[in-house]
Amino acid sequence: MRHTLEVLNQDTSQPCDRSQRYNPTDRKVTTQQIVMLRPGRSQRYDPTGRNATTQQVVTLRPGKPQRYDSSRNSRRIKDRLFFYLVCCCTFLTLIPLFLILWELIQKGYRQFNLGLFTQVAPTSMEAMLARISGDALPGGILNGITGTLLILFVAILAAIPLGIWVGIYLAEKGERPLARLVRNLADLLQGIPSIVTGIIVYIWVVRPMGGYSALAGSVALAVMMLPMVIRSTEESLKMLPASLKEAGLSLGGSYASVMLRVLLPSAFSGLFTGSLIAISRVMGETAPLLVTALGAAAINWDLSRPTSSVSLLIWEFYNDPNLAPLVWSSSLLLLLIILCINLSAKSIATKWKTQ
Amino acid sequence: MEDTVKYILELKNVSVSYSPGKQAVDNVSAGIQPHTVTAIMGPSGCGKSTLLRAVNRLHELYRDIRTTGEILLKGESVFRMNPMQVRRLAGMVFQRPNPFPTMSVYGNVLAGYKLNNISLSQAEKDGIVERSLRSVNLWDEVKDSLNKKGTFLSGGQQQRLCIARTLALKPELLLMDEPTSALDPISTARIEELILELKKQVTILIVTHNMSQAARISDQSMFMYLGELVEFGPTKQMFTKPRDKRTEDYLTGAFG
Ligand SMILES: Nc1ncnc2c1ncn2[C@@H]1O[C@H](COP(=O)(O)OP(=O)(O)O)[C@@H](O)[C@H]1O
Ligand SMILES: [Mg+2]
Repeated sequence: MRHTLEVLNQDTSQPCDRSQRYNPTDRKVTTQQIVMLRPGRSQRYDPTGRNATTQQVVTLRPGKPQRYDSSRNSRRIKDRLFFYLVCCCTFLTLIPLFLILWELIQKGYRQFNLGLFTQVAPTSMEAMLARISGDALPGGILNGITGTLLILFVAILAAIPLGIWVGIYLAEKGERPLARLVRNLADLLQGIPSIVTGIIVYIWVVRPMGGYSALAGSVALAVMMLPMVIRSTEESLKMLPASLKEAGLSLGGSYASVMLRVLLPSAFSGLFTGSLIAISRVMGETAPLLVTALGAAAINWDLSRPTSSVSLLIWEFYNDPNLAPLVWSSSLLLLLIILCINLSAKSIATKWKTQ
Repeated sequence: MEDTVKYILELKNVSVSYSPGKQAVDNVSAGIQPHTVTAIMGPSGCGKSTLLRAVNRLHELYRDIRTTGEILLKGESVFRMNPMQVRRLAGMVFQRPNPFPTMSVYGNVLAGYKLNNISLSQAEKDGIVERSLRSVNLWDEVKDSLNKKGTFLSGGQQQRLCIARTLALKPELLLMDEPTSALDPISTARIEELILELKKQVTILIVTHNMSQAARISDQSMFMYLGELVEFGPTKQMFTKPRDKRTEDYLTGAFG
């Protein structure tokens, strides 16, 4: 059994409150005190209390547990209340999530057909004719899907290798002033509103190139992905035990080969998850693409020309009452893809975790 | 006059400091003869690991660590050799077993070759893996699970795998930093047997704070205290009639 020293007030035999805890320099209190050793909640006590004056009596006595009963009861009630509150809040936050999903499914399922994946977006006129005759809208979002793939692919190609490179630098030379600067800049970059990034890329890329292009869209998304990839690389490399690197180097490996063959593979799950999450974050971005990739009615694989994306199409559909029904099916598709990426990122993170 | 080449490892006035003005290893000099087991003993924090890591130049990975003095490996200064060559000649086994988590048992044994970009034929690889695993008495236990991750093995098996990984490169000196402190008594006993067998192949420098372990396996012993090498001599002599009062105090359990 654990014993704790408690300082009791002699006349009342109640624990002194915190403010008048035993203090050897305070005469008034010391003469009135009994130092008792008894079971109870562990509580800090002042070891100097043992240098008590002759006026103090030290007794050893079993505690009276029943004294705590009422407080134990009220604590249980508090625990319960807290638990219900947590459940309530969780439920409340789930409601909008399910409502969104429900809304999308309910409004989008009619247009969620093969045509969505195989046809380009209809014109406003085509859609109007179909609506008048009461048919489902013709066409789909193929030009958006291919555009998203193209823009994203180039962004990934740029951001992930570069981000990993910088992440390695931060993990290895993190204390250098330059590394600190880079780390802070990366954090700052993460907080920049996406429209601002888009406008900067407009100035950097669209203007010099003389027009909107898929490439400009890729640059904007890459800039947005970069800080996430950098930080997740840095964090996952830092999680590795130092002994792993030392073991690699102790076998006579060069620094580069230890990094490439031991450290990066060991951090792979973290890198991969981080990259997937970065991809899913920028996948639905609309604002930065509006001012860089602009959008296009047809399928385009040319990096130097305006290109559509799923998110841009959603924006266009939203702005055209005739095309509005397509908003739901395209949003549903985008949501499902992002959901899949996030879920696989999670399962990879748990499955490939190396100790 | 002593012939320097008679020692496989010679330390001359080696000092290491983690921060300026504080010597974690203070002016240590000693010579290690080939095919011996030398135990480094001392209370924790006395600089055993620090001394061991100075030998294969691991301290260079960290800023602020300063190593002074001279360390001769087979008569040649390690500071004038290529660090990668030093580390291949002087293999290291760490306190906690640390097989590479992404590699199989097979891959772990060959990791040294892979990291040094040495390409081997399949037959050579198989040969090295079997020979190395046999030399640590692990072959029979893992020969059916060579493709499993090294981290699936038990702690003692992992540590033997790490020793095999180091031996695969045929080092001449084996630096072991409390290799059994994270293991159970049975695994510890197996590793101790192994060390006695390995003496034929390599010279072993082993850090231990287990005195009976030092007595069982070592030929020579060093006793360090507060960074200083207090006593260095044959183990038997050190345990029966230590020259220094501090060694005696340590061996009789006065501190540590
Ligand atoms: N990375 C480090 N940074 C600063 N001081 C260290 C570091 N590692 C060890 N030391 C100090 O160096 C001294 C020797 O440590 P170490 O060689 O690990 O001791 P041992 O292995 O004998 O227990 C200790 O005082 C320890 O505090
Ligand atoms: Mg140590």
